[in-house]
Amino acid sequence: METLLQQTVNGLVVGSVYALVALGYTMVYGILGLINFAHGDILMVGALVALEAIRLIQLHAPDLGLIPTLLAGLSVSVLVCMLLGYTIERTAYRRLRNAPRLAPLITAIGVSFLLQTIAMIIWGRNYHTFPQLVSTTPLEPVAGVFITPVQVAILVVSALLMVALVLLVNKTRLGRAMRATAENHKVASLMGVDTNKIIAATFVIGSGLAAVAGVMFSSNYGIAHYAMGFMPGLKAFTAAVLGGIGNLGGAMLGGLVLGLVESIGAGYIEDLSFGFLNSSYQDIFAFLILGIVLIFRPTGLLGERVADRA
Amino acid sequence: MKHSVRRLAVAACLLAGSQALYADVVVKIGFAGPLTGPIAHVGKDEQFGTQLALDDANARGVTLGGQKVRFELLAEDDQADPRTATTVAQRLADAGVKGVVGHVTSGASIPASRIYEQSGIPAITPSSTSPKLTQQKFKTTYRVIANDLQQGAAMARFATEVLKAKRIAVIDDRTAYGQGLADALVDSLKKLGTPPVGREFTNDKATDFAAILTKLKAAQPDAIFYGGMDAQGAPLLKQMKQLGITARYLGGDGACTAEMIKIAGAAMSSDVYCTQAGIPMDKMPGGKDFNERFKKRFGVPVQLYAPYSYDAATALIEAMKAANSAEPAKYLPQLQKVSFKGVTGNVAFDASGDSREGGVTLYQFANGKWEARP
Repeated sequence: METLLQQTVNGLVVGSVYALVALGYTMVYGILGLINFAHGDILMVGALVALEAIRLIQLHAPDLGLIPTLLAGLSVSVLVCMLLGYTIERTAYRRLRNAPRLAPLITAIGVSFLLQTIAMIIWGRNYHTFPQLVSTTPLEPVAGVFITPVQVAILVVSALLMVALVLLVNKTRLGRAMRATAENHKVASLMGVDTNKIIAATFVIGSGLAAVAGVMFSSNYGIAHYAMGFMPGLKAFTAAVLGGIGNLGGAMLGGLVLGLVESIGAGYIEDLSFGFLNSSYQDIFAFLILGIVLIFRPTGLLGERVADRA
Repeated sequence: MKHSVRRLAVAACLLAGSQALYADVVVKIGFAGPLTGPIAHVGKDEQFGTQLALDDANARGVTLGGQKVRFELLAEDDQADPRTATTVAQRLADAGVKGVVGHVTSGASIPASRIYEQSGIPAITPSSTSPKLTQQKFKTTYRVIANDLQQGAAMARFATEVLKAKRIAVIDDRTAYGQGLADALVDSLKKLGTPPVGREFTNDKATDFAAILTKLKAAQPDAIFYGGMDAQGAPLLKQMKQLGITARYLGGDGACTAEMIKIAGAAMSSDVYCTQAGIPMDKMPGGKDFNERFKKRFGVPVQLYAPYSYDAATALIEAMKAANSAEPAKYLPQLQKVSFKGVTGNVAFDASGDSREGGVTLYQFANGKWEARP
């Protein structure tokens, strides 16, 4: 029982990072029908920029407390990533707005390589130690379950950001314009919505979330690396598809479900398959669930609109 | 003008004289390893070790087939790259080397070994530890250092005999290296009567190990072995602490690095151990003397495997002496039989060309660095 509870907590922590990244994929897809493969790499840029900012702050203002240092580093990284997201949209994707669908998709993969290579030139191929400013020493175990303060922070921050995003999309003028653009951007622009601005805003918000996810990811594991964005990016994309791509609630649900499936799957796959499979199949387990869900619900768990874009 | 002509004539006479003095038969010995790139220091170190062995042999004077021979080193840069390694191997073969010390990394040694086999040139690696290298059953492939299988077996002995661990769990990253090491450890543990209490897997790009660690925790291990590199080993160690696992951490040479200490940071403690093929300089029978001579000759201290490359080169020369010939076809059978006291210990090969002794050292984290355990 202890083990099951611990695996659930493990899954929720991983899942909430996936969910946060998945939101970026799903928002862009919802509005442009584009799968932005560079999104995972923005997470990487977020983590490495924060690392650099925190190093600088610690060098020049060593008296600043741990949490203010982290928040300052986080703010710098969020701003840089928002700017990066805007630049990518402006230079790489906007020109291809009316091009065949394959062109922006390939461009997205190109941008992903570009970001990784630039990061490799700046930060090298080595793994960097990410300063763990929020404690990673486990708290007093509750019912045998260990959780660290940084993991608690990850759960709380992701939950708050997700609520904030849902409110933004559903309650504000910007959100209404975003929904209108997603519905039909030609008609939306006829109604007086500056769709270019709205699309740029979507990229900026998504990139900001990815930066936060990157900083949380690195704070939890204590490492940062130029290729670190690939796996979380792939998993978050899976989560977005699992939940129903284009649907905000779906991305969150998909992220959490994927995290839980991975964690519980890795923990019990051996017992469930009577020793036939082992934890080297943990990733396959996650994709198996994805396959099964898509067979019965081709639009994902919460997807409503028929996927008419690919 | 007259003077300078006379001088030239004298110089010419001297040159001719010196040539007559050194009219020995030249035997070329090849060396191949990374001499540029991120691990160039390791390659250079081994090149120097080889050079020193040849210098020593030349100083002592070696006579083969009634003729005095002089050994010359031909060093090539393989950049630790598999493709460059084959090109370099071919170049050495074409240059007519009689034996090769190298390559440095397993990734380079394995593809290059095929070329040496085809050309019939014996090649002894001072530092490639992959079991695959000698599993190819090539007649010309030898190594003077312990392979990963020997390392895994040694770790099993350390864990059960030195650390008195009874409940050992094993994780590996499913790479050729990590899996080979972990499988060898598991086999030895079974033979020692303490089969592992858990066996889990991850991959060499993973960062989250919470799920498999939680599962292992339920088996209450007193030591967890990770077969893989430092970039995964360090976060894994951190996550052990985060999950309240008090078991000792054991790693192979992939985690026996300065990088491991840097990334794992506060999670490092005296409960963290690793093994490394080879033995530290101060434990080698000829270590102290070798280090001093090395420093005097090259002006830099020994980095890592130079003593092994010295012994590898010496093994080639010993085999040539035993066969009384520098022809590979003639001395190769003798190489199999060499047995001498080298810098690193007794040098002798088993049927597959692996080191018979296969020294492995256990390191423990103490005082901020890896310290060799007696």
